[in-house]
Amino acid sequence: MTDFDAIIIGAGHNGLVCAGYLAKAGKKVLVLESRAVPGGCAATHEFAPGFNVSSCAQWLYQLSPNVVSDLKLTQHGLAYAAEGLATIALDEAGDHLRLQGDSASGGGVSSEDQKAYGLFRKKMRKYAKLMRTAYGTRPPKLVEHDLHDKITFAKLGLGMKLLGKDDMSDLMRLILINIFDVMKETFQSPKLQAALALDAVIGTPMGPRSPNTVFTYLHRFFGEVLGFEGATQVKGGMGMLGAALSNAATDLGAVVRCDTSVASIDKTFDRVTGVTLSSGEHITAKLVVSSADPKTTFKSLLGYQHMEAGLVRRIEQIRFKSGTVKVHLALSGLPTFAGLDQSALGQRLVIAPSLNALESAFNPLKYDESSARPVMDISIPSINDPSLAPNGQHVLSAIVQYAPLNPKGGWEALRAPFMAAVIAELTRYAPDIASLITAEELLTPADLAATFGMTGGNWHHGELTMDQVLMTRPATGISQYQTGIDGLYLCGAGSHPGGGLMGLAGKNSAQEIIRQGELA
Amino acid sequence: MNQPTRATMLLETPFHSRVAERCEINDWGNWMGYTTPNAFFDVELEYFSIRSTTGVFDLSPMNKYRIQGPDAEAYLNRMATRNISKIGINRVGYTVWCNDAGMVMDDGTIFRLGESDYRLCSYQRAIDWLLWCAMGFDVTITDETEDLAALAVQGPTSCTSLTEMGLTDLNTLKPFGMRTYDFEGEKLMVSRTGFTGDLGYEVWVSPEKAETLWDQLFDAGKEYLIKPFGSYALDIARIETGFIQAGVDFVPAEEMVRPGRARSPFELGLSWLVDLEKPLFNGRTALLKEKANGSRYRFAILNVDGNKPAEHSFIMKGDRQIGTVTSAAWCPTAKSNIAFAQLEMPEGDIGEEYVAEIYYQRELHWTRLLAPCTVIDGPIFNPKRRRKTPAISH
Repeated sequence: MTDFDAIIIGAGHNGLVCAGYLAKAGKKVLVLESRAVPGGCAATHEFAPGFNVSSCAQWLYQLSPNVVSDLKLTQHGLAYAAEGLATIALDEAGDHLRLQGDSASGGGVSSEDQKAYGLFRKKMRKYAKLMRTAYGTRPPKLVEHDLHDKITFAKLGLGMKLLGKDDMSDLMRLILINIFDVMKETFQSPKLQAALALDAVIGTPMGPRSPNTVFTYLHRFFGEVLGFEGATQVKGGMGMLGAALSNAATDLGAVVRCDTSVASIDKTFDRVTGVTLSSGEHITAKLVVSSADPKTTFKSLLGYQHMEAGLVRRIEQIRFKSGTVKVHLALSGLPTFAGLDQSALGQRLVIAPSLNALESAFNPLKYDESSARPVMDISIPSINDPSLAPNGQHVLSAIVQYAPLNPKGGWEALRAPFMAAVIAELTRYAPDIASLITAEELLTPADLAATFGMTGGNWHHGELTMDQVLMTRPATGISQYQTGIDGLYLCGAGSHPGGGLMGLAGKNSAQEIIRQGELA
Repeated sequence: MNQPTRATMLLETPFHSRVAERCEINDWGNWMGYTTPNAFFDVELEYFSIRSTTGVFDLSPMNKYRIQGPDAEAYLNRMATRNISKIGINRVGYTVWCNDAGMVMDDGTIFRLGESDYRLCSYQRAIDWLLWCAMGFDVTITDETEDLAALAVQGPTSCTSLTEMGLTDLNTLKPFGMRTYDFEGEKLMVSRTGFTGDLGYEVWVSPEKAETLWDQLFDAGKEYLIKPFGSYALDIARIETGFIQAGVDFVPAEEMVRPGRARSPFELGLSWLVDLEKPLFNGRTALLKEKANGSRYRFAILNVDGNKPAEHSFIMKGDRQIGTVTSAAWCPTAKSNIAFAQLEMPEGDIGEEYVAEIYYQRELHWTRLLAPCTVIDGPIFNPKRRRKTPAISH
């Protein structure tokens, strides 16, 4: 008799989603979280007195609506401060480009580009619909001829067919090239090219000329077919999504224990039987489901010596690079952006002047150096949600590319100069911003890795590249949430379909566990 | 030493000067990047040195890896299919190792040199796999292939030849035992092991002492008709005694290109090397499944009528092809025509009779021969002197 049916390691959003679905199916579930609050990357923290900010992810753009409704997240506190936000690509001279839905305006975008933008999005939507089929269930295996997998293949095959001959062959062509070439052949406006290319590279260690960036663009675009027409801002910061997921899971009967870190996954003979906490406490369960990334799960928690060597090799070969930094600024007032009225500051602002500027920003990362002129995705959430900052004051949150996990000379030497580079870049668009800063915080890839337990600081728990998705995510043979080790499952972003606040890895994993009858 | 020769671009072993001197017919082959003799003077006579007197084979190209550290035993138990804990200090064990799919990557011998000190001898280069396997274990892996020269000294007078050379009381060494002697100011290691199925030893020294070892051994063995032998003679001896060879009787699993061509230990007749009671080893999960669901193939030793080696033959049951031959030889001592075959399950029970479809050519004329054959129970050559301790002296 075990203490629980399932122990879920990590109360990140996928861990909580998995817990919610398992609890909903009547299973006795325990979620263990080393941090003080549940949510993982869906977190809010106070980085200066009175100034709160989403610690990691700042926009919601692909959370599965099924997860929201199945787990009744709205009833458990999930609310949006703003939805369908426009993306404004900043221009130094004040001629900003505004992207909203299928329309592109300003920024010197020609009428041809405006038309091309609509057509481009139409095509991307067709491709993203195909991804919905692939993302909504476990990835099919190629060799075992399982009925469920055959149905998935049939759906994908039919989906491909329904694209029509031209779009199908274009997908095959596009998916393996890079966003730089796609932008160049589709649009003329450098600003439009760069604003879209930023979506392809954000959160990755890739530049616009890197292969796989069309896939990462589609991965991000995927939210459009889930009903997100632009970025959404969660009320109270992203931590409220974490709290809602935790409340939902708890309400369904799961137990969520925070401040409880797992020291090891216990294995006796050839089956995982539970976990040992850092306190020394043992907890047993029929299944252990890890939402930690695959390397943390297998290397740190299970131990390579307790696995067959081929799996060790496959785990060790997963790439986890990151080039992403998080910057938080406390501002005594709203900065003035040339050519933008204050009402526009609550939208999603991006600094990505041109494709070459993006590529130049990326180049140093290859040599473990940081961008001299970083590019970024900016949110001033206190405009749509004044509760985040003291009255009349504001917080600015930015996802900044590119800086390495381990820079030459170490982060202590780089921290101040990199922050200065970020502020210098912001100053080009908002000349008064430096004078308004009352507090600042920079979370390096190393900080993100340490705080959120993400190997390499990679928020996808493993880079999203064609060799690390679908039936090879996180590695061949363990792509269907099972690990090949009895009693151990995966449910995190390292599994199909990857990261972003989507919840599908957690949902698919729970459904797979139930389908396999593991807890029947 | 160990420099590629200009003509062949192959490495030379530490015995090369001596081997080349004795290689009368200049028939050289490529063994894992080393130039080694296929034959020295006459394959049959070389073979009979193994079975009747003393035969010497240069096995320096064998890959040798040192595994040391507190986790050495646990490491090997995870890597290999058999229970390494049962190999005592100064003992040697034969084993195979598998990939995660339970398919054999290679076979080899493990020498236990100390409490946490082992040497693995393998046919394939294995350093890459050994290092992958080391992740998570407190062990150091060292490639000693070029640091050790080795001779196989095999045959009924091998013990006497080596004793004559100064390895006192060698006859008390048990099969799969090993022992160290002082030799020319260095250590010489001798193990009672071999690939011929006869009484025999393998002698290990530093490359610097290789030529001295060769000279002293051939001096000491002169009265006992010591002769060098090449890989063709070895092939006959190993087939006669039922030893399979990597790359010949199975495709090393991680070199396989076409799906399904690798073989599990069960399919190679090596289930005695698989200890499923061990909680973990590479391939265990897959082998448990195979044990439950059945294997695809069975390894069989066939006694084939006639004297035409059934090389590359199809094995037929009526009109149906049920298997193929991987190794075959006319075995002179056993006076039998032996073939190793991979048969489709459930074929291959002891005593079953099939037909080997043998093709051979005489003066550009191809002939098809349908030779009846029978599955036999174990190797046809397995003399008592192979195991007898004290070993026979002359």
